[in-house]
Amino acid sequence: MVRRTYARWCGRRGAERTPPTRFTSQAWAAGYTNEPKGGTVTLGFNVPQTGAYADEGADELRAYQLAVEHINGGGDGGMLNTFTSKALKGDGVNGKKVVFVTGDTQTKSDAARASAKRMIEKDGAIMITGGSSSGVAIAVQGLCQDAGVIFMAGLTHSNDTTGKDKRANGFRHFFNTEMSGAALGPVLKNAFGSERAAYHLTADYTWGWSQEGSIKKYTEQLGWQTTAAVRTPLGAGDFSQYITPVLNSGADVLVLNHYGRDMVNSLTQAVQFGLRDKQVNGRDFAIVVPLYSRLMAQGAGENVKGIFGSTNWHWSLQDAGSKAFVKSFGTKYGFPPSQAAHTTYCQALLYADACQRAGTFRPSGVGAALAGFKFDGLGNGPTEYRAADHQCFKDVLVVKGKEKPTSKFDVLEVVEVTPRAQVEYPASMLGGELGPYNDGA
Amino acid sequence: MSLAPERRDLIVLVIFAAVVLAAPVLFKPIGAGYPDLLQKFAIYGIFAIGFNILFGLTGYLSFGHAAFLGVGSYTAVWTFKLLSMNPVPAIILATLVGGAFAAVIGFISLRRTGIYFSILTLAFAQMSYNLAYSVLTPITNGETGLQLNQADPRVLDIAFGRDYGAVLPSSDLFGLDMTGYPGFYFCAVVLILCFFLANRIFRSPFGMMLRAVKSNQNRMNYTGLNTRPYALAAFVISGMYAGLAGGLLAVTDPLAGAERMQWTASGEVVLMTILGGAGTLLGPVLGAGLIKYFENIFSAFNEGILMAGFDFLPETLQHAAVAVSSLFVGEGWHLTLGALFMLIVIFLPGGLMEGINRLVAWIGRRGGGGGGEAPATAPQTAG
Repeated sequence: MVRRTYARWCGRRGAERTPPTRFTSQAWAAGYTNEPKGGTVTLGFNVPQTGAYADEGADELRAYQLAVEHINGGGDGGMLNTFTSKALKGDGVNGKKVVFVTGDTQTKSDAARASAKRMIEKDGAIMITGGSSSGVAIAVQGLCQDAGVIFMAGLTHSNDTTGKDKRANGFRHFFNTEMSGAALGPVLKNAFGSERAAYHLTADYTWGWSQEGSIKKYTEQLGWQTTAAVRTPLGAGDFSQYITPVLNSGADVLVLNHYGRDMVNSLTQAVQFGLRDKQVNGRDFAIVVPLYSRLMAQGAGENVKGIFGSTNWHWSLQDAGSKAFVKSFGTKYGFPPSQAAHTTYCQALLYADACQRAGTFRPSGVGAALAGFKFDGLGNGPTEYRAADHQCFKDVLVVKGKEKPTSKFDVLEVVEVTPRAQVEYPASMLGGELGPYNDGA
Repeated sequence: MSLAPERRDLIVLVIFAAVVLAAPVLFKPIGAGYPDLLQKFAIYGIFAIGFNILFGLTGYLSFGHAAFLGVGSYTAVWTFKLLSMNPVPAIILATLVGGAFAAVIGFISLRRTGIYFSILTLAFAQMSYNLAYSVLTPITNGETGLQLNQADPRVLDIAFGRDYGAVLPSSDLFGLDMTGYPGFYFCAVVLILCFFLANRIFRSPFGMMLRAVKSNQNRMNYTGLNTRPYALAAFVISGMYAGLAGGLLAVTDPLAGAERMQWTASGEVVLMTILGGAGTLLGPVLGAGLIKYFENIFSAFNEGILMAGFDFLPETLQHAAVAVSSLFVGEGWHLTLGALFMLIVIFLPGGLMEGINRLVAWIGRRGGGGGGEAPATAPQTAG
């Protein structure tokens, strides 16, 4: 009796002990991290749901859900219909239905990495995407490189993401501060002349430093002076102590290197302090917000009128891709998408398309399909994923706060579309090394 | 219950070790059986045990312990960058630097007691945070966090002929990779050692002296005894625990960020200790596990998961249930934690350990048919 029970127990244990997959799959190909086995493939959407960038994060999540719906064949297909690559057929990716898990980055590197690790280790996510802060994006990109999954960067604008801190497994669709500077320079010269003195207020982290550097570089080329560049903590809330000194500094342009709620707060306070009504050195005082988004402009309300900035995408664009995206996003959620929503939607689509074209989810295979990929129909005109640094190159929009908005979403107008050639730079300029792809275990 | 204290401690230690080492299997059903969260359980368990040596024994409520955690992390990452990717030098240095930092802050802060002490430690921690965030950026890399580079010197690794090639290195114990489950077992062994050490401190004459400081410091002073060295020693020991925990955080994930030192992180360890039961040995570990579980699992629930969870209800009820419960999960996990904390503080002032002891006593009474044995509910004697 004892013997029989023991034998049965052994049998059960034996049946449970399935051999590790790396020996069962084809001999020429070892497994890779979270290789999808069933009928579904899991993506991890890691966005800020709390903190200074929570509004952007919420919009990113909406866009991801919409993208998954479209990839799985639901809804009206959105930009899949205008995308030049026709690999995706609306039946998932590589025959697998796309499912997703979500997490809160809290706009903190630690929390973002913990959340991404949970997605990779527990939920089996094959790709992580999201982030509304460059600090977080860089931290999570490093993690994904170590873990052997692809990272599709969301809204991250610092040069370092695809510069100094670039990684082979990381890809960015969004533009960067170098491109913003190159696009804004000529427009600022036309609007304000070449004899200005600028005062920078800068969010004190990688993105702020990067943008301050780029704007300084291009405005000083125009002949502008930089009076001072003051660093403010991320999520400070009250910027009055930083704005008061601007009044007496002799500067006649205030550059706000802030984003999200920080920008809403600092711009509102700058306007309340009467900066825009002032005359300094015989010129009207001006404010520039180098990185603009419709969400922020809406948050700052009246105060954004006439203020210049750059943006990755705007919902009022009239190309077929943008119109298709605005239509399907608007139908589902009742308002137009932000640039954060646009870039994350594109990233999800580009990733799925690359997997489909590569016929695998293996990071090195997907990476090879993405690197050097040229496409159109996603709202930015002809775009290229440059192989040397995994950065997308496309036209940049220079925008201005609209003087006479027709609705609460119609707050920005496109001043100029700066062609890609004007914002392009050699990959070696920003340093860093991609290194090899990591497929993980 | 009638066992000698030494025997009881030994049994508790053995059970504790067994539970910790079996954690990957035990926590699987509740969705926590994955390496990253298990590592966090162990590491924050160490952090909370150390905090409890100060708060639970001497009653000094420090609101700045996250500073030592952060210092430990930075030390460990710098050790990785400069010396070696082996975790042993990293955690030894992290512990020592954490202790040294605690000695300086403790020496100044312990001149005051009660709320003034708390405020002083809070101020020091906020200072450290701001230094790490914006002043000492060459050392800490500010908000982005200190990360490894391919070009780091790593002199010891080079001396032993260890080359990581073109990829970014990750910490390994003589070839055993410190991410994933090996990383967890490394932390788990350290946790068990720390638990054992805390147990010895609790039972030692030194621990008795610390309890005396808590119960009536004035009286101790009137008897001619200088209590400050004892309090300072407790402060330094708990700072070393925090430094060690910070070092382990960097071992399992080689990145150190300033937000680890923020006052919310200091508050978190206070919550962990009180939630689990201040002054008890096991309580802080339980509290740490509970808070980390909430932070990682509850915050990940989204509407899709809730919809699936309430699938058995009719559709209108399902939507209503999801609408109500979604307030408490996802980004609302703080709300759940807050409610739980309130319930525990009001109904179980001794924390989870009091709840467990009451339960054990209740079962004992039922099982023993109302035997006259006195239940061990006093938190001081609880394992």
